[in-house]
Order: sequence, then structure tokens, then C-alpha cells
Amino acid sequence: MKDVKCECGHVNPLGTVICESCGKVLIENESKKLLDMRYEGSARRSQTYNKTIVDKIWNFFSSVKVGVVLIVITLIASAIGTILPQEMYIPKNIPAIQHYREQYGWFGELYYRLGFHNLYSQWWYLLLVASIGVSLVICSLDRVIPLYKALKNQRVTRHSGFLKRQRLFASYAKKLNEQELSFLKEKLEKKRYNVRMENGNILAEKGRFSRWGPYVNHIGLIIFLFGAMLRFVPGMYVDKVLWLTEGETKPIPGTDNQYYLKNEDFILEFYDKEKDKEVFQEALEKAGNIVKNYQTNVVLYKQTKEPVPGAEPELEKIKEFKIQVNKPLKFDDYALYQVDYRTQMKKMTFALTHKESKEEFGKIEIDLNNPKEKYDLGNGYSVQIIRYFPDLTFNDKGEPMTKSLYPNNPAFIFKMITPDKPEGETSVVAIQETVEPLGENDYKMTFQNLEMQYHSALTVRKDHTLWIIGIGGIIFMIGVIQGSYWNHRRIWIQQINGELMVAAHTNKNWYGLKREIEAIFKDTDLPLPKDQLNSEEQGSSEKGVNSVG
Amino acid sequence: MKKKQRLIMRTAILALLIVIIGYTLYANFTKDEREAARVGEDAPNFVLKDLEGKEYKLSDYKGKGVFLNFWGTYCEPCKDEMPYINNQYKQFKNLGVEVIAINVGETDLAIKKFAEQYQLSFPIVVDKKGDVQHAYRINPLPATFLINPEGKIIKYYTGPMDEKLVKEFMEMIKP
Repeated sequence: MKDVKCECGHVNPLGTVICESCGKVLIENESKKLLDMRYEGSARRSQTYNKTIVDKIWNFFSSVKVGVVLIVITLIASAIGTILPQEMYIPKNIPAIQHYREQYGWFGELYYRLGFHNLYSQWWYLLLVASIGVSLVICSLDRVIPLYKALKNQRVTRHSGFLKRQRLFASYAKKLNEQELSFLKEKLEKKRYNVRMENGNILAEKGRFSRWGPYVNHIGLIIFLFGAMLRFVPGMYVDKVLWLTEGETKPIPGTDNQYYLKNEDFILEFYDKEKDKEVFQEALEKAGNIVKNYQTNVVLYKQTKEPVPGAEPELEKIKEFKIQVNKPLKFDDYALYQVDYRTQMKKMTFALTHKESKEEFGKIEIDLNNPKEKYDLGNGYSVQIIRYFPDLTFNDKGEPMTKSLYPNNPAFIFKMITPDKPEGETSVVAIQETVEPLGENDYKMTFQNLEMQYHSALTVRKDHTLWIIGIGGIIFMIGVIQGSYWNHRRIWIQQINGELMVAAHTNKNWYGLKREIEAIFKDTDLPLPKDQLNSEEQGSSEKGVNSVG
Repeated sequence: MKKKQRLIMRTAILALLIVIIGYTLYANFTKDEREAARVGEDAPNFVLKDLEGKEYKLSDYKGKGVFLNFWGTYCEPCKDEMPYINNQYKQFKNLGVEVIAINVGETDLAIKKFAEQYQLSFPIVVDKKGDVQHAYRINPLPATFLINPEGKIIKYYTGPMDEKLVKEFMEMIKP
């Protein structure tokens, strides 16, 4: 419960391994000859504050192990989420659960039940990501504050036990005079060390700010997560798709019917071997048709009255624009990007033909999105559409039906009325197939022509969170650079009982530190500190070394 | 003293984190329903035309119960329940219950043939642009909204109905 007072007089928080001030070892770890200098041996989590539920939660999230486990679980969940397609990519005409069950069996159903079909909106997935955020905040706070205190409180004069157990250490009998001391100080300062002196002892330190690198990095990550969270706040973020047929005008999703868009024309251009530059010749011959341009010519409108769903909007033209890939239409905070296209059947032409004589009695052109009930061909010839199936399929009873309202697989039941068959002949016509259910007919509907049309898909995007995420990313990188390109180096030169002790520590790049000490000690008779790691733990890998730093 | 301070600090930080996470979860759960039709709230107004071009406006139906049914000819359960709705409509028409059947935007021909086949006597309007479907966030078909004479949605039902259920529903919105 109580704080720990060191023999040097400094009061350390309970759990401190190495005295913040003088460096005396307070909690012995006999198994190690060298000191574990991570977090300067500060008390990063006090087990004594474990009484209340708040402390218990705090200590749980303070563990790096817990943080790593959370990240691994999130990674695994994200990976599972890629096994089957997400809900937004499956057909919309049947309930999602049915689709997953029919397509993927029991696994699909389980996948749906557990929520992997819409992973990013699952409460448990959001909680996992949020827990990583909490872990980041608490882990950082629990380490950066004690570390800051320990580095701030460190004294120039340190306990001999602290020095002896540094990785780089040497000692021999010698006394430094004033001249030698100031010469050393000058040389250290030339190497940009911050030098403090006290009773003939020296502490030279540089690059301490690199120790804050990981925490700056974490702040960046937290800002990043916060920006991602803001996407859930209404009005901050829109990401929708708008499908528009040529000639169609529709409200732009995400704008509350304030804006409408008309697709004037969709253009699909290919590279032309004749016209385009010679350079492309070889590639074009190899790959065949290559698309040069996807473009939608659009007109943007603004609604001038209060929108009522279903009502004809009153529209005011704002501008015309040619949307191309990576050339979005921008207005207000929105941007419309060309993202996809699809061809669809638009019109079918049939000729009413006498089977034997092959004589034609006129053509009918059927608009697949709005067929007429009756087409009069004159002279007593006419064609009626009894039934129309835009997307033909058969139900359990074997009856024809339509799967959706889109003309993906159109089929018709025609009644052909002719002067010699005034009561009419019935013919079922689907793509490449004709059935005559009521007996052999004298006439048939001969397929003549098919007209296609383009649907263009545009992504509607609005994002007020991007700049926050950007700042988070920049701070993240600053933290990485700060921690990677600078080292925190300290050199202690101390005279204890007529003995001169030299010790040094760095959080990384021990080789660099050794070279630097060599250069500083060059014109003195000071001993070069020896690497105790190599002499004590022979053959230990560099990896183990770094974990000490 | 120091210990107490630390507890307060920790509690404050945890509370702040919980509030932020709680809000995120709440916003996530409600994001689809934010502007959508919801039980207990006013039914979003709409104006739609039938095949003859006659306009139907929901707000004109104040004082009457409205049985709002979204359907498509390709939806099998819709076919089954249409005759029931038709039968009950004849019973409840004089009691102040109206039926509006909103087709999800099929061709006039398909709708006309369907209405003829089932001899439907209630108004059928077509949501060509899909914005009424969007306003009511229907998925999947069939979907039925019960709107009381005050214009509030009192029930949202999705899936096939039998005649008993249709009758029960119409009783619920009788003025």
C-alpha cells in the first residue's frame, strides 16, 4: 500500500523496480545479471490498486498481452468475413438468410446467424475494434506517465549497482581532475549530448524524445479510430451507389431527395488500332478489346419544393457534366464517381410470320420496360401479349413466373390474331425457344432484333471524416519516425571511492553507441566500456538484446 | 489521497470511453431507421399514380385506417394473400378502412394482367422510382403497414398473411 523510499531519499511508487532517482535496484530479479531497462523499471501497473471494479477493468486493458489477443481475434474475424460475399454484394430479390442457406448450406446459415454477412455493422465487431482503442489508450497512459516521471527524476549520481548492471560498463582506479572533466564535457557536447555534472560525475543524454515515439504513434492511431467512428454520426459520411439507365432521372441517394441526376448518355469507348498511337499496337493485338473510356453524361438538378416520396419533383437544372473514371462530379460536399456499368435488353422486335409461306404480316417492337397489351398490324392482323415475364423462371409447380422486375430473361405469351384464325393462336416465346401449348400453330412470332441499353453505376460519396483520419495517419507516421530514426542514448561517467565507472545505455543500435563512445574517448585514457551481454550470455541473439532496450 | 485521485481519473477516462463506444453502437443500430418509417411514428406521406394516372396522396386519408401493402407480381406470397385482402376490403370499406396496394415498379402490363386475374377492387399505385419503398425501407416483399386514422403507423408486418390475420389487421385500424 505504501510508496517505497530508496536509500537515496527518493520516494518511488510501489512496484518500482529501479529507483527513479539514483537507479538502485529495489526489486531483485536474481535470474538476470543485467538490468531490464524497459520503461526504466518504473511501476507501470500497481497491483495494489486492484480493489474496485474500475481498477480491475483498467488493469485488464493495461496488459499488452490482452491488447495483442484483441488484435489477433479481430484479424481472424475480419479474415472469416472474406470467405463468403458480404450482404451488399448478394442479390436483393430474396431475403439474405435464404440466399446464404441455399448457396452455402449450413455453413452459410451459421455465417449469417453469427453476423459475418455484414461484418462491419456487427455490434461484436465494433466492440472488438473499440476494445483495441481502449487498450491503446490505457496501455499508453499506464506506461508513458511512469516513464516520463522516471526520466524526469533521474539523478546524475547513480547507485553503483545500477551502473555495474548496465550492458556497457567498465571501471578502473583513477581520478579525473577538473581539466579532464571539462574536456570530456566539451567532447560530449560536440556529439550533441546534453551534459549534466554533479560532484565530478557526468550524465550525458541525448535523443530522449525518441522514447515518446510509440506513444505519439498511439495517439495517431486513436485519432484514426475516432475519425472512423465519426462515420456513424449522421451527416458525416455517405457511401451509396446509384444505378441510372440512359434517359432516366432519379433522386441521388443520401441527399434526402434534394438532388436529382439524369443520365443523358453512357459512353463506352475502346482503343482503336487504326486511330490510337502506334505504341499500343502490340498490346492491343495481344489483349483484344481494351476499354479507353467509361463516361456518363449527366445533368444535375436540385429539387425546389419540399420533397414528397413518389410525387413528381420540381427540378431546377444546376449543371451538365461528363463523369469519367477518376473525374467525379462534385457538388456541395458530394462527389459522384463512375464505378460500374451493365448492359440490359431494351427492345425486342418480332415479325408475325406464316410458317409455311414465310410471309410476314408486320413487325412489333416491344419495349421491355413498358410493353403494350395489343399491337395492331392492320388488315385484320394483330398481336396481344397475354402474359409478360421479364425475368423468366419456373416455380415449384413448374409454372412460369418472373424472378425480378428486370428484363434479364424476357418471355411472352402471345396471342396472334389473323383473318384466317380470328379467335387467335397462342404461342409462348422465350429467348431461343418457342412453345405452342395449345397445339400446332399456322403462324409464329419470328425474332428479328434486339436493342440493348446501358445502365451506369455511380458511387455517391460524402466524407467529412477524411481529414481527421488523415491527421491521425500523419501523427502515426511522425511517431514511427520519431521512434525509429533517433535513439535515446545515455553515458554515465562516475567516480565512486576512487574508482572510475563508465556505463552507457541506449534503447536501440548498440553498435552505434559503441562507435560514438570510441570517438569521444579517443584522446583520453578512459577505458572503453565492455559489452557485458556478450561476455555473460554467450551466443545470445541480437533479438534478445533488443528486448532489453 | 493519491490513490483516490487515481481512481477518479481512471473512472473518468473509462466513462468517457464507454460514452463514445455506446454512442457508436447506438448510431450503428439506428442508421437504417433514422429517416425510415417506424412503428409509433407518423407514416411518411407520398403521392403515387395508378395505371389510369389518378393520384393518390396518403395525407388525404386522415380519419380513415389505411392498410398499406407493398407487392410485386413476382412475389409468390403476394399472390396468395391478394384475394384475402380483396375479400376483407369489401367488408371493411364501409367501416372506414382503405387499402392502398403499392406495386414496386413493374410494367403496366404485368400489373394490369395481375389485377384482372385476381379481380382486385382496391386502388393499385406504382412506385416507379422506388422512393416510397425507400421511405418505408421495405425488405423483403410482401410488406404491410397499418396506419391508424391519426396517420400513425401502428404495425409493420412482413411475410404472408392468411385471411384471419388480414381481418385482424383491418380491425386494428378501424376508426
